[in-house]
Amino acid sequence: MSKLYIARNPRAAARSLDGEMMIMSSTDSTLFTLNKTATILWQWADGSTPLDEIVEKRICTEFEVAATEALADAQALARELAGCEILELSETPITTRQPPLGEKW
Amino acid sequence: MVSLLRELNEKALALNIPLSVQLDLTYRCNERCVHCYLEHDDRGEMTTAEIEHLLDELADAGVFVLSLSGGEIFLRKDFFEILEYARLKRQFCVKLKTNAIMIREPEAARLREIGVESIQISIYSHRPEVHDGITLVPGSLRRSLAAARFLKSQGLRVIFANVLMVQNVQDYSGMRALAEELGMEYTLDPTVTPMMDGDRSVLRWGIGHEALRQVFRDQALVGDGEEFCTIPAPGDENSLLALPCSAGHTACYVSPYGDVFPCVQFPLPTGNVRKQKFIDIWRHSEKMNEVRSIRLKDLTTCTSCAHVGSCTRCPGLAYMEGNMRGPSSQDCEKSFARSGVASANMLAQKRVAPNLVQIRAVPASPPVAAGALV
Repeated sequence: MSKLYIARNPRAAARSLDGEMMIMSSTDSTLFTLNKTATILWQWADGSTPLDEIVEKRICTEFEVAATEALADAQALARELAGCEILELSETPITTRQPPLGEKW
Repeated sequence: MVSLLRELNEKALALNIPLSVQLDLTYRCNERCVHCYLEHDDRGEMTTAEIEHLLDELADAGVFVLSLSGGEIFLRKDFFEILEYARLKRQFCVKLKTNAIMIREPEAARLREIGVESIQISIYSHRPEVHDGITLVPGSLRRSLAAARFLKSQGLRVIFANVLMVQNVQDYSGMRALAEELGMEYTLDPTVTPMMDGDRSVLRWGIGHEALRQVFRDQALVGDGEEFCTIPAPGDENSLLALPCSAGHTACYVSPYGDVFPCVQFPLPTGNVRKQKFIDIWRHSEKMNEVRSIRLKDLTTCTSCAHVGSCTRCPGLAYMEGNMRGPSSQDCEKSFARSGVASANMLAQKRVAPNLVQIRAVPASPPVAAGALV
């Protein structure tokens, strides 16, 4: 199975509010809030770390969840966020990569 | 979307986070609007580096919505540098307020590229002689409208902001029609604001009671006029615990010189970001905390007013009248024009005779907030 890479859309407006991200799409100004799991995906979406690695290192360690189940959920979520144009999705590393935001956000 | 925003606001309020900030980049302007509340001399604007540092501090404090305003923002040569920093480095949701007369196709395309939530353009009339007579710049309407078209062609959200004054009170229907024709949004503000130094002479341009009364009964603007103009329900204990507005609670204002105020209409100095960290001013300024402590129950005069539960009272305008806990006469006028019921402040000043029969509505359906008008 091919790897999946995710990168934050740099044109989306974003801010953490009490550990949850507020994101505004730059295309139609739709406002989203991400739950804690989705927030972790957003924060580590640097375009170069594969999604399965983010899930394994950042989500499975934080929440009691099986890796396969978490990855399936994360892939579905990533596709949904990409559909809203707040995340970019690719099977190869995304060159306009951004550093992970980590816990500082 | 509205409920999500409300939820975020409530969360920010509980956490003492300034969710939105208006930052004026300059007070310089290329128009000379007769009603403007600003002095346009440059007394030492923040440099690019100072503004970028401030943007870092605002982002770290949790500010999400950043309104860049002035003066005329495009007069700053580093405007796009600041905007790019705000959007692409610190991911603010940016709203712009401008007269737009310096925006042509390249600027509109660049705004599209960087991405802004909206561009609010001050337009006073669809008639050049009226608009230009207010801005005192011949050709300004033509240039602003051309800019609005450039922006719209880029797919950007454009809002026409129309301050209503004696000069243009007859024109708002024409303005609305123009906005609709061009596919722009439209907001109307019937309040002329005193100058930041307290000079109230510009208030002479404000529309009078009768014109205000007519505006509030225009169904095209307020929807169900009868509901909008209903006699206010009496305030209950819960409504008296409500906050007067978001100023100092989830929002504040920073001047081009780094002064922090609760709101652009509330010129109570609470600190300066050139001397202190923004977050320290926000959290620890005694004045900011004083503003923050005020509930409707603490207001003088207003607590006994029939309008206390529905009034659009602006604490900043009240402050400029001399008491941040006092009434704001302009909002008293609005409540009176809307409902026909004189405010406690007006009765105390004997500006109107009390109604012989005081009719109070049964508090079944809450009155429509005057937020339908800005």
